[in-house]
Amino acid sequence: MTPLLSVQNVAKYYGSRVGCEEVSFDLYPGEVMGIVGESGSGKSTLLNCLAGHLAPDAGKVLFDTRANGMQDTVTMSEPERRMLGRTDWAFVHQNARDGLRMSVSAGGNVGERLMAVGARHYGDIREQAVDWLGRVEIAADRIDDRPRQFSGGMQQRLQIARNLVTGPRLVFMDEPTGGLDVSVQARLLDLLRGLVREMGLSAIIVTHDLAVVRLLADRLMVMKSGQVVETGLTDQVLDDPQHAYTQLLVSSVLQV
Amino acid sequence: MSDQAYNFAYLDEQTKRMIRRAILKGIAIPGYQVPFASREMPMPYGWGTGGVQVSAACLVPEDTMKVIDQGADDTTNAVSIRKFFENTAGVATTEKTREATVIQTRHRIPEEALTEDQILVYQVPIPEPLRFLEPRETETRKMHALEEYGLMHVKLYEDIAQHGNIATAYAYPVRVEGRYVMDPSPIPKFDNPKLEMAAIQLFGAGREQRIYAIPPYSKVVSLDFEDYPFEASKANHPCDLCGAEHTYLDEVIIDDEGGRMFVCSDTDYCGERQANGHRGRLSPEMEAAQ
Repeated sequence: MTPLLSVQNVAKYYGSRVGCEEVSFDLYPGEVMGIVGESGSGKSTLLNCLAGHLAPDAGKVLFDTRANGMQDTVTMSEPERRMLGRTDWAFVHQNARDGLRMSVSAGGNVGERLMAVGARHYGDIREQAVDWLGRVEIAADRIDDRPRQFSGGMQQRLQIARNLVTGPRLVFMDEPTGGLDVSVQARLLDLLRGLVREMGLSAIIVTHDLAVVRLLADRLMVMKSGQVVETGLTDQVLDDPQHAYTQLLVSSVLQV
Repeated sequence: MSDQAYNFAYLDEQTKRMIRRAILKGIAIPGYQVPFASREMPMPYGWGTGGVQVSAACLVPEDTMKVIDQGADDTTNAVSIRKFFENTAGVATTEKTREATVIQTRHRIPEEALTEDQILVYQVPIPEPLRFLEPRETETRKMHALEEYGLMHVKLYEDIAQHGNIATAYAYPVRVEGRYVMDPSPIPKFDNPKLEMAAIQLFGAGREQRIYAIPPYSKVVSLDFEDYPFEASKANHPCDLCGAEHTYLDEVIIDDEGGRMFVCSDTDYCGERQANGHRGRLSPEMEAAQ
């Protein structure tokens, strides 16, 4: 089986400081990969390099495109990369305000990606927007409200609907549950797990919350100071941590 | 003031060359916004500094100039710009659309079809059609470069979601020659179909320092949805002075009891129709007869 995404020796430096280096892994279709680590460990840098928001200083990011098979997204032309960004890729920001257009209605937010790939029939766009709002548990009568009239959890769910409407194959998530209270987090995780399984999505989830990866991720990568220190199946890494840092991370989780 | 106080048409020759280069580039790439080094003009931004600079760069001493503001020849903006060129360029001026070779306009296209011998210069306040949805200039330029125009339809979507139809009535976005999406300046959407014309159309935005153009006979398509097609709308009324039913109308409040009249916004066109004997509901002759 060919991987959907193949990352080879990716590195990013901020001057003399290391953002991340020597990161390699393969992600297969339908697989969810978690990246955990403390603040400043290079998780977000890595994610931004993979999603094309940052240009890595070294390495390859190969993506299995629909048209041409494996392509290096670092060296491909900008229009192609941006096209991927609004069709096969989705990016869920930690802060919903970064991923939404706050002055555009919920329906417009969901419809934007459809219109960006050429949908020109208002009725169809609206129908799909209603369908997707339903899937993320937002009432259909809120379709013409602005995101700023939504609660934090609803904004995050709207952001997810907006990203998934074009049926992407790979979703990048940067702390999708950050800043939400635990009951809202639980609902969001439930929703995400359902969508990922139902649509057969591949996903890369960056988080510092071990509970999130325990619930969502098949595989886990632990990062520290820009390096990958441990990888493996999620349960294996969390239940039997080998590296000293992973042991520290797992033992740091507060028990209620 | 002595006759030597100004170079012909106010701007110095180097500046005019710079502006002409921008105009040529604009014509070569229809709808593309060409940056240019806009000069301070002796009038405030928003009064047509961009249009004035483009007109100045186009004028030759043999030209006849017409200036219109909202279709009228006799409003402040039109009168002051016409006077400006009378003083600084000494060109002949006219109010007749047919006799003019250069027409500077704000917010209207003349009703009478223009010819290949004419240049129509628009004053543009905000040249970037994507601006209100995407405030970053770096991003909008990239979107133009990569033809990513989905966002323009988001604006139209919002219109329909809020108002039940495309409520944008002026500055209605168009696509030129199947490539660049362009703001046609705040002309009513009634005028959009006229953008496909025989005359050269130049757009100047002084404060924003952009020039763009539509060459003669270019294909100009107003953006819309398949199920909400573009409609060139106007007030459903004939002109009260000349009786025309096919022109764009201004609504004028005439008393404090709800009385109103609709008149052609193109004063020259309306005047000519009246001279030819056309009469509307409130024209002086009709009132006298009653």
